[in-house]
Amino acid sequence: MIHMEHIQRVFQVGDEPVYALQGINLSVASGEYISIMGPSGSGKSTLLNIIGLLDRPDEGVYRLESSNTTALTDEQQADVRRNKIGFIFQFFHLVPRLTAAENIQLPLLLAGVDPKERKARVAEALERFGLAGRSRHRPDQLSGGQRQRTAIARATIMRPAVILADEPTGNLDRGSGREVIETIETLHRDGMTLIMVTHDPDLGLRAPRQIRMLDGGIVFDSRGPA
Amino acid sequence: MKPLDMVRFCSAALSGYPLRTGLMLLAMAIGVASVVLLTALGEGARRYVASQFTSLGTHLLIVLPGRSETIGGPPPLLGQTPRDLTLADAMALERSSAVRRVAPILVGSAPVASGGLEREVTILGSTAELLAVRNLFMAQGRFIPPGEVTRAEAVCVLGYKIKNELFGGQSPLGRFVRIGERRFRVIGVMAKKGESLGIDMGDTAIIPVASAEALFNRSSLFRILVQAHGRDAIPRARQTILEIIRNRHEGEDDVTVITQDALLATFDRILKTLTLAVAGIAAISLGVAGILIMNVMLIAVAQRTAEIGLVKALGAPPGQIQLIFLVESFLLSLAGAAAGLILSAGGFLLMGRLFPAFPVAVPQWSPPAAAGVALITGLIFGLLPARRAARMDPVTSLSRR
Repeated sequence: MIHMEHIQRVFQVGDEPVYALQGINLSVASGEYISIMGPSGSGKSTLLNIIGLLDRPDEGVYRLESSNTTALTDEQQADVRRNKIGFIFQFFHLVPRLTAAENIQLPLLLAGVDPKERKARVAEALERFGLAGRSRHRPDQLSGGQRQRTAIARATIMRPAVILADEPTGNLDRGSGREVIETIETLHRDGMTLIMVTHDPDLGLRAPRQIRMLDGGIVFDSRGPA
Repeated sequence: MKPLDMVRFCSAALSGYPLRTGLMLLAMAIGVASVVLLTALGEGARRYVASQFTSLGTHLLIVLPGRSETIGGPPPLLGQTPRDLTLADAMALERSSAVRRVAPILVGSAPVASGGLEREVTILGSTAELLAVRNLFMAQGRFIPPGEVTRAEAVCVLGYKIKNELFGGQSPLGRFVRIGERRFRVIGVMAKKGESLGIDMGDTAIIPVASAEALFNRSSLFRILVQAHGRDAIPRARQTILEIIRNRHEGEDDVTVITQDALLATFDRILKTLTLAVAGIAAISLGVAGILIMNVMLIAVAQRTAEIGLVKALGAPPGQIQLIFLVESFLLSLAGAAAGLILSAGGFLLMGRLFPAFPVAVPQWSPPAAAGVALITGLIFGLLPARRAARMDPVTSLSRR
């Protein structure tokens, strides 16, 4: 499903090039649940951004479902993001002026889905993530856990193949963090591919496959070297 | 994204920041309203002048002594004095088939006295035709009787103002006034017509032209008013007037003929140009509003960085993001233009209340033009912020909280 070969990403900081990613080789099969761990600055978020097509590698080939994403235009990449990838962020990134239901609906809105179908799918998602009573609340009226569940509902509303989560519990207390991680893991059980970046070892160890990064390289992969 | 969803999404984004949106609306509204109101004032001025001219009379030609044109060539060695226009010249014009009425005017100034009261006023010497040519109306009595124009009858018609000053509420008909050294019988009073082209008709006394010649001891006319048979006859009337005068003045073209229509057309052109110029000046305020829209939209883009990053992550291509922000500025200028039109309607009513005599009128082209310019400025100045939003890097936009 995901196949990366010799991915390189260099940032120019002042005069010095900083190698955020050096020669990453990674293969992910459909339906896998992977945690990427490592200290901050190890390149794990950059890797996630490249997998999510928010960032382009400077070198290397990245294939998603056997299409070479590096050759796609911005518009085509946006299309792939819309249909195949769902993001879950540490800071939720809900639009503050929109209600929970409207936030969940946003990807459908951008994709131009019919209002009737939108309504049905949003209602279904609200039910599924335990937000049924909160649909008309704005983000500032929701608890942290509810906010992240809203974000998860939004990430899955387009039924993507891959869910990318960047520190999904980093901004939550322990209780709601556990609740959120259990919700995310149900997605994996439903067959979605799940890639989660975290620096919390407890969280990382829950994943069947674990990857550890350091200084822009993969130093450990529980499945063995790619 | 469906168009209706787009409009809803954008208006929700706009109403999410009421102060900012309100300020932009205000700026746009003021710009649009000032264009509409200033053009209304300009159009009002044009109508005012036009009504002044038509109150002079219709199909009017004015014959003035002397040439007002300068033609190239060396100056004459001997000084050329234009011949006077005389009563005989005026009467000769009646021969033209294009001419309907002729009213000679001799102007002087003399004291008018009745009882112990005396007042210095403008005296017009003319004939019975003046009433029709000049579109005047009587309040009391009758005008100078028609008949032999060379007969110096001792009758006079008073303007309403001088009548009030000399006779108060009493009827002056049949009473005598002294004008200069002579006695005149009052036979009529002019209706209140107000001012026309600066001459206050209420402050004049009208006497037969022959009486005026005798009173002022001069035979030169101030001007001759000629009424043509119709609008089409005006050029022909002008031609024959020049011919007749040339024949009578030994082949010299020493009069100037002004046609009312030409005069009106000139003023019309000037005032239309002026209206356009004023509209242009007002349009600058629309430009300023456009720049304000740009600034505020740039702030909006900066404030909504995270939202833009998110929408990108959710799969909105750059073109769609640009469109969202363009639609926002378009909606803003649309609402601003609408508010401006409402504002200008209010201002228009207010102006009508304050200056009832002034014919303020909104030219038909001005509200659509003002609204159109507002929309176009909104789009043009919305383009830069929209492009900036579209080009934002999603990773950096999302990395901020």
